[in-house]
Amino acid sequence: MKRYSIFAVAREAARYHTGWDRAWASPEPKKKYDAIIIGAGGHGLATAYYLGKNHGIKNVAILEKGWLGGGNTGRNTTIIRSNYLQDPSAAIYEKSRSLYETMSQDLNYNVMFSPRGVIMLAQTEHEVRGYLRTAHANAQQGVATEFIGPEQVKKLVPIINIHGPRYPVLGGLWQARGGTARHDAVAWGYARACSDMGMDVIQKCEVTGVRRENGRVVGVDTTKGAIDCDKLGIVVAGHTSDLAEMAGFRLPIESVALQALVSEPIKPCMDVVVMANTVHGYMSQSDKGEMVIGGGTDGFNNYTQRGSFHHIEETVRALVETFPMISRLKMLRQWGGIVDMTGDRSPILSKTPVDGVFVNCGWGTGGFKAIPGSGWAMAELMAKGQSPLTDEFSMWRFREGKFIDESVAAGVAH
Amino acid sequence: MLILECPYCGVHAEETELHAGGEAHLKRFGPGSSDDDFENYLFMRENPKGVHFERWRHVNGCGKWFHAARCTMTLEVFGTYSAQTTEPPKDICDKISAKRPGWSWRNFS
Repeated sequence: MKRYSIFAVAREAARYHTGWDRAWASPEPKKKYDAIIIGAGGHGLATAYYLGKNHGIKNVAILEKGWLGGGNTGRNTTIIRSNYLQDPSAAIYEKSRSLYETMSQDLNYNVMFSPRGVIMLAQTEHEVRGYLRTAHANAQQGVATEFIGPEQVKKLVPIINIHGPRYPVLGGLWQARGGTARHDAVAWGYARACSDMGMDVIQKCEVTGVRRENGRVVGVDTTKGAIDCDKLGIVVAGHTSDLAEMAGFRLPIESVALQALVSEPIKPCMDVVVMANTVHGYMSQSDKGEMVIGGGTDGFNNYTQRGSFHHIEETVRALVETFPMISRLKMLRQWGGIVDMTGDRSPILSKTPVDGVFVNCGWGTGGFKAIPGSGWAMAELMAKGQSPLTDEFSMWRFREGKFIDESVAAGVAH
Repeated sequence: MLILECPYCGVHAEETELHAGGEAHLKRFGPGSSDDDFENYLFMRENPKGVHFERWRHVNGCGKWFHAARCTMTLEVFGTYSAQTTEPPKDICDKISAKRPGWSWRNFS
């Protein structure tokens, strides 16, 4: 792999950009791999990357039914933060956030990580108390956050209206080291690094069955034929239930649509990420100048990758009160992704009833921020059978009553 | 936008008039049941790609709960029916069979 650098750019500029290599190979599948990862989104590719980098397992294939990063990795609002209430969540999300800080250097690929800061607005008395509690919990966990007053919010976000009659801003939970990154680049950077380690990223290859012998996985059937493997990682977000059924077990997951939209590009007006969980809306400004807006999930099971229009209306209506200037903006695009919701709104990183099969799912509405940490933890789990980051996220925690209850802490915009 | 006909008041209600209530025809388990049954009842939900049965409430209308049969891949609605039943009625099943031959959902097909 030729490294990307300022010298490479200069060299290629001098020869009209004729010398760039393909960033990753598109091989046909081999007969057998040590490990197969289903799903070449951020989480799947990160899992493969850390399997190779941290654990020396490089005979790996990543199978993708569509195209690389074409699911939720390419559909989210790219927010990165780690201000969670519960210890296990804070551990894995903070690991993830810290890995984002050096990701561009690690992957030699510019993921445009921008630690611009994230504010979660407190717009009710309950939220004020909730976020004060989270700020105290974060202090214990070593996650740098603080609760700030409405004047400080106004200083950080001049376009905000803190005196809204219905949704006044009473303060906010501020994480200065949170921010955004370029979502496609995260998938592409990991794919390039995986390909460079000799791993096979195989697109347009849908898994149609999971082959088992004596309670152990031996391979998968795909649209490109049968492929053998010793270990299998299922990392497919909204389609996890389907794959779990092929492998012969059930998971406590429901798939629903989550939507986002962007406005026409405007001049820079907001240099932090603002989340308003009371009204299910969050907003940041992309480098292109578009206001990137995310909303709440639909209430019913859905695999169509498009959501209900009235949710957009509700989100925008509420945000217009908090940010009066956006009332004049035209919205350019709207899209949906299928997210996998668990009962306690926390992910599942776990062994399964089938030996050699591991699942990484249930990230629900907040998976992008977790990509590197999730991959790091999942790789350790797959390589060693155990990881301190995943112990609490077992698929059996529901029957044991050991929830990691972030639905209270994080609301819907999670 | 999803439009369901309320089987009680006959209104063709669109989504904003309705509230989704999750999986239909749950068999309830209480104290004394096995861990498996209790876990399945509390947390394991059908999450099919295709035919799905759900409870809905006509919340901004007559206020009554009812059932709906729907496809999660296309959002096509096969029909709605009374809440006073523990299984989908035959005419709804026949309608689904005509459009999705070979369908199954839990132990119904």
